[in-house]
Amino acid sequence: MGTMIDRDELLDAIAGFGLFADLSAPQLEGIIHVFDERMFADGETVVHQGLSGSGFFIIVDGEALVLVDGAERARLARGDFFGEVSILLGVPSIADVVAARQMRCLVLAGPRVEPFLVGNPKVMFRMLQAQARRLRTANRWGT
Amino acid sequence: MGDLTEPTRPFPPGAYPVVVIGSGPGGLQISYSLRRLGIRHAVISEDPAPGGMFRRWPFFQRLLSWTKPHAPAPRGSRAYERYDWNSLLADEPEARAIQPELMDGSSYFPSRPEMEANLTRFVERTGLEVRFGCRWTGTSQVEDAEGSGFIVNTTDGDYRANALVVAVGVAQPFSPPGIGMEYTHHYADVRPAESYAGRRVLMLGKQNSGFELANGLLQWARQIILTSPSSARFSVQTRSLAGVRARYVQPYEDYVLGGGVAILDAALARIERTEGGDGSLTVHLRRTDGGGDLAIEVDDVIAATGFVTPLLDLPSIGCSVSGRARLPLVTPWWESTTLPGVYFAGTIGQAAKGLEKHGVPANSGAVHGGRYNARALAGRIASTQFGVELPRPPIALEELVDTIATELAEAPELWHQRAYLARVFTIDPVAGLVDDGVEPLTHTLAVGGDDAIAVTLEADGTGAIYPVLYTRIGGEIVERNLEADPLLRYAGPEARRAISQIVREVVPGVAIEA
Repeated sequence: MGTMIDRDELLDAIAGFGLFADLSAPQLEGIIHVFDERMFADGETVVHQGLSGSGFFIIVDGEALVLVDGAERARLARGDFFGEVSILLGVPSIADVVAARQMRCLVLAGPRVEPFLVGNPKVMFRMLQAQARRLRTANRWGT
Repeated sequence: MGDLTEPTRPFPPGAYPVVVIGSGPGGLQISYSLRRLGIRHAVISEDPAPGGMFRRWPFFQRLLSWTKPHAPAPRGSRAYERYDWNSLLADEPEARAIQPELMDGSSYFPSRPEMEANLTRFVERTGLEVRFGCRWTGTSQVEDAEGSGFIVNTTDGDYRANALVVAVGVAQPFSPPGIGMEYTHHYADVRPAESYAGRRVLMLGKQNSGFELANGLLQWARQIILTSPSSARFSVQTRSLAGVRARYVQPYEDYVLGGGVAILDAALARIERTEGGDGSLTVHLRRTDGGGDLAIEVDDVIAATGFVTPLLDLPSIGCSVSGRARLPLVTPWWESTTLPGVYFAGTIGQAAKGLEKHGVPANSGAVHGGRYNARALAGRIASTQFGVELPRPPIALEELVDTIATELAEAPELWHQRAYLARVFTIDPVAGLVDDGVEPLTHTLAVGGDDAIAVTLEADGTGAIYPVLYTRIGGEIVERNLEADPLLRYAGPEARRAISQIVREVVPGVAIEA
């Protein structure tokens, strides 16, 4: 993945992401090759609500909107990730995710997510932490 | 008038509605399909003859894509295309299923010369014309009396086109920068196999090209090492074309059985001349699997590091590209998202990823996927750029289930481009139920509109291949998976019953089959 220059730049970018906060430089270098890189055009739908088989995405550059039944629910930016819920639960995606401008992502196909997380427990812990934060926020809104 | 020294060269520089660049499978298929739709165009190519990359590669002279001379469907039929990955698409019987005519029975993978002959014969039998020996050298946008368009500079002069189709392959050798990379040679510059006799060869890269070379050098090289940062993946594991194909797995078996081949997960740190090493090289590697650093002495380092897309100056006039292969950013219809009017055919078509459901990629990078993309693209160019009205034949309600079942059993577009191309049936408010033909599925999902059914085949990475019907009712899309059949029979009573139940939701007049 990436020319060496792009790869270094990508390494620098993802080293600052919360999801990878516990990883050493060589571990990061190993991880970066597990992911594919995808670029999405402004307005392109990345994840389709109701459809199965989507991937796990980490935004490297750009922004995305999370839409449920067409209504905006959240805005995601660099370092944010999405798509993991439907993969973890084996259910169709619960929202559309649409690129809000040209967006560069790291992508891991659904079937590769479990082996990746099991092989990288520190990343799994950080993902769990992020999920816990989302749950806490949702509960707070709910009360 | 004209140049008397070259009386037969077609497409002299000038103005054309469309200019197609390239004479590999992608360029030939789009030219054929545009011609069928009556779209005048010029085809230019720097090569001296048709064939594109198949005039030279694969290095060991046999393809990765099969053609079954003896198949369950009659040769020349539409259903036969499922078993023939290499012939281009034509309507004339004599131009269909050309590849099996040319194979000698020694393998179901055609040899490279057999593939080249297949493409040459396609050109002869269809009467396609190409201006060979005409190299694309530059591009600019133009606004003139003809509207907006492009000027294509070539070694023969300038062309003006309303639309440009770039089908030049992902064909430019790429070696990443790095310390000592000047001591390596690329896959594209590999010497004759016998010149590696008794030598220690290290391959940078563990994809098909690296494994192809390793496989071909097993009987020549003294030692073979394959290395790249991530572990090798095999098509039989991913159950898709992602990963190293079964043909090239032999070096892996040699490795796991201790035969002497080494397969490493390591990144390149640097390459240097070995001191007092009689021309040998020392390759320093950083292992990415948690092990320590390695220094390995070898005689040759081959960069099997892939190819990039030779888009010349297109990026500088606004065509966004991304990724290691520098593929353009495109719409579902293979049009540049940032430079409208520039389209891509052939291997570059893989730039439109589609849904990649369950991580299974489309086969757009290969002839058996790309040929259907090109045909659909020709229709798109004809309708959007030149106002050609594409046929939307009506379908009788009582025929819909039959038509869908037959498509699921036979349609080569759906079998080869799973979860990527779909056959779409729409309820037009005026014309009634119509057949909209084959479209990119992501387009169908995004475009909205009248109630419709999009029919596809999909795979989930477990080995199963099953039909999926997408219904659009009142703008809402619902995905409906049919159960996988281990023998892939999707025209039988069970499938028809399931299809009829789904179809009835969109078209209430359809009877549910018993």
